[in-house]
Amino acid sequence: MINQEIQIAAYLFASILFILSLGGLSSQESAKRGVFFGIIGMIIAIVSTVLGEGVEGHVYIIAAIAIASVIGIIVARKVEMTSMPQLVAILHSFVGLAAVLVGFGSYIDPHTATLEGSAHTIHLVEIFIGVFIGAITFTGSIIAWGKLQGTIRSKPLVYKGRHLVNGGLVVVSIILGVMFTMKEGTAGMPELLIMTAISAFIGVMLVMAIGGADMPVVVSMLNSYSGWAAAAAGFMLGNDLLIVTGALVGSSGAILSIIMCEAMNRSFISVILGGFGDVAVSTKAMEGEVTSINHEEVAELLKEANSVAIIPGYGMAVAKAQYPIYDLVDMLRKKGKTVRFGIHPVAGRLPGHMNVLLAEANVPYDIVLEMDEINPDMPDTDVIMVIGANDIVNPGAQDDEASPIYGMPVIEVWKAKKVIVMKRSMAAGYAGVENPLFYKENADMLYGDAKDSVDKINSFLKQ
Amino acid sequence: MKVGIPKELLSSELRVAATPKTTQRLLKQGFEVCIEEGAGVRANYADSEFIAAGATVVKSAAELYNLSDIILKVQPPTPAEVKLMKKGTVTLSYLWPAQNQDLMKLLAEQGVNAIAMDAIPRISRAQKMDVLSSMANIAGYRAVIESANYFGRFLNGQITAAGKVDPAKVLVIGAGVAGLAAIGAANSLGAIVRAFDTRKEVAEQIQSMGAQFLTVEIEEDGATESGYSKVMSKEFIEAEMALFKQQASEVDIIITTAQIPGREAPKLILEDHVAVMKPGSVIVDLAASTGGNCVLTKNEEVYTTPNGVTIVGKLSQLPTQASQLYGNNLCHLLDDMGKAENFKIDMNDDVVKRAMVTYNGAVNWPPEPLAVSPQKKSDAPAAAAKPKPTAAELAKKKNINTTITLGIIGALLIYMGYATGDKAFMGHMTVFALAVFVGWQVIWNVSHSLHTPLMAVTNAISGIIITGGLLQIKDDLTSPLSIVAFIAILVASINIVGGFFVTHRMLKMFRK
Repeated sequence: MINQEIQIAAYLFASILFILSLGGLSSQESAKRGVFFGIIGMIIAIVSTVLGEGVEGHVYIIAAIAIASVIGIIVARKVEMTSMPQLVAILHSFVGLAAVLVGFGSYIDPHTATLEGSAHTIHLVEIFIGVFIGAITFTGSIIAWGKLQGTIRSKPLVYKGRHLVNGGLVVVSIILGVMFTMKEGTAGMPELLIMTAISAFIGVMLVMAIGGADMPVVVSMLNSYSGWAAAAAGFMLGNDLLIVTGALVGSSGAILSIIMCEAMNRSFISVILGGFGDVAVSTKAMEGEVTSINHEEVAELLKEANSVAIIPGYGMAVAKAQYPIYDLVDMLRKKGKTVRFGIHPVAGRLPGHMNVLLAEANVPYDIVLEMDEINPDMPDTDVIMVIGANDIVNPGAQDDEASPIYGMPVIEVWKAKKVIVMKRSMAAGYAGVENPLFYKENADMLYGDAKDSVDKINSFLKQ
Repeated sequence: MKVGIPKELLSSELRVAATPKTTQRLLKQGFEVCIEEGAGVRANYADSEFIAAGATVVKSAAELYNLSDIILKVQPPTPAEVKLMKKGTVTLSYLWPAQNQDLMKLLAEQGVNAIAMDAIPRISRAQKMDVLSSMANIAGYRAVIESANYFGRFLNGQITAAGKVDPAKVLVIGAGVAGLAAIGAANSLGAIVRAFDTRKEVAEQIQSMGAQFLTVEIEEDGATESGYSKVMSKEFIEAEMALFKQQASEVDIIITTAQIPGREAPKLILEDHVAVMKPGSVIVDLAASTGGNCVLTKNEEVYTTPNGVTIVGKLSQLPTQASQLYGNNLCHLLDDMGKAENFKIDMNDDVVKRAMVTYNGAVNWPPEPLAVSPQKKSDAPAAAAKPKPTAAELAKKKNINTTITLGIIGALLIYMGYATGDKAFMGHMTVFALAVFVGWQVIWNVSHSLHTPLMAVTNAISGIIITGGLLQIKDDLTSPLSIVAFIAILVASINIVGGFFVTHRMLKMFRK
């Protein structure tokens, strides 16, 4: 048993470690140390809690943690890097679920009934808010997981007046909340349950209305929610460690959402309210003709190029083309060519998704550049390979004011001498916008699965 | 199917329509290749090389024409050659259909399906068969080499022990394929290159090749739908002439490449322009065969004017290189027409329809016009642009907004303290608000490439919600509270372990 003061000190230390853990991610070199800090912080936090006064059921705690560790390690080992977005989404839902459960637990805890006056009311409000956020996070994350996994279609589900319905539901929840805080003991259980159902429904509808292209924003938004849910739980339990950690995670997710939104030139509100991906109108008649190229010709072009840039998108992740791409890059680099990657902030379905995939395939991170770093070099680049990306290389974002993605920063591949666009078909990207790039004179299409295509190019390059 | 390559009859024509390399390509496409004895000699390709590549050498032209289903030529066939052709023969060569009406009639009568390589439309898909582009590329390069030959100085600037050398100034007129090639070549020899074109859209291309784009201050765009330039208005031409005169007195070498299809080349360099040029200057006129851009140009001649300006109206074709590129262009066209197996004249095809000037005994010229691709800038209404607020105004506005927001937040916080009257709650609120700020500052520093690991790690950390379950669970597992807490601990732990583990896995992969 350790006394409360020592426990608080331990919590403070754990909080510091968590902050250092996140701070460590500012660079690749310090990132591993950051994770180590996080793990130590977590162990200190759990051990000091378990050893604290009044904690019971140690056997069950150990059992639960043991079972969960096995599950967690199996899942984390098995998951493929391309499925990272799904894993992150489902983990968010766990935090949401835990927050809901802790909220209910806190409500039925006999200790709650002993509180009096404003302390009691505040506590109930905290429970209510915690459960509300937790339930939205829970169901929202499950839907996001389903969409990323492909079990739920990624097309946004939009109906007229859905903002009104969602708004109405929030108002109902607030009314329920007021009624809830009036009730003595655990008599407010029905209100709490109804509100949980309502917020769960809101969570579903919120994410259902958001199209596939906005998934990076949704995932980071849910990341943020899961943090606020933890913070709300901290308020209920009067636990500063939970509050600090929740706030850190909450602001982290919020910042990621902002970065993603800026990268798409969209306001955060419009993404959250959803319904963007459904405007599949071709706004401008396309001039010119789409030309295609074959694998052998691409290999020839690459042999002759001095500087090559690769712009990957979600298509690369789907086809798991990162390994053959690494071989390609390796071959070209051995021939003394400059090869670099240009990563758009919203490429993929998760912030930083592409970086992780390339890292998985051993691509050295110092040749993986951000959009702003690689854009000025475009005119000096001989060959650009756009692999499974579409909207992020759409020139319409710069010169077609009628385009739904007008104003979104894009990688200016069309300024390079030659662009090869590897795509499965001529279909529009997730934003449903026609891409004038394909009609440019210096752009050629190479149709087919990205992995097969790169494999074929590699075999020609080896000749 | 047999492809035949006759010897070029014109004595000044050094090129040949196939090389050993393109022969191999044709064989790969499934054709048999016959070549007239000595056809490649002038382009430095010996018969033995063709035989080694897999071609059959045929002794006489008559035999060759009799054997072949497809004839590859450079120059238009002479009437005598046409007479030797079988009915239904497909020929690929230059034809200049606008100027050679009689020849086309003759070809049609003979039942020859003639493709004019110079009539291939300038659309993206047909670029690989565009002989005008591939030949212009050579001409542009050669023009610079030729001018350097006649020019009495270095092209690049040097500072040597023997003194300073100024770089030569080169003016390229017309930035088509030839012009751009000339700019590139002159630039890489170290000259200062300026270029002029009536089409505004090529400014970027000119600059990308390393030249300064010259323009006149009159709003008129010379681009047309066919991809070539049009004839400009009188005011424009006057301004243009003034510009050329001023440039002529400054530059050392002028390379002109302006041509309008089917017409005489525009006269751009007049006598008074030549008169102001420095002695020793060089003019290379790539339009010499269509009358010349310079009024003093003599076709197929190099001479020096009385004031010491050398005017070059004759260029070597670089026959070895030119034959290779020309042959490739032909191969691409045959490839597009279905190779040997499925060889087919598809009159619905945009390219074939336009280039096939005689078909089934009829003359098929001129074709309907076809718009090409050079991207026309969308006419964005410039007037619609709103006056942008200045940075100072923005900063001021931001300051006011921040002040108001902070005021509201402060008021809310004070109200919250008053309304709740709960010391513990306010303490937690303090911690919460400070943590949000710390998080905000820390996360902005996270590298973009580590956003996915960041998510995984925050995921793991948010598993700290486990403490909620830990505090609630009781020894009696049958109580509802314990069950709820048990599940909470379970899912939160999955999060912690899974999150940290997967982050670790990801970070392990990042390497320099």
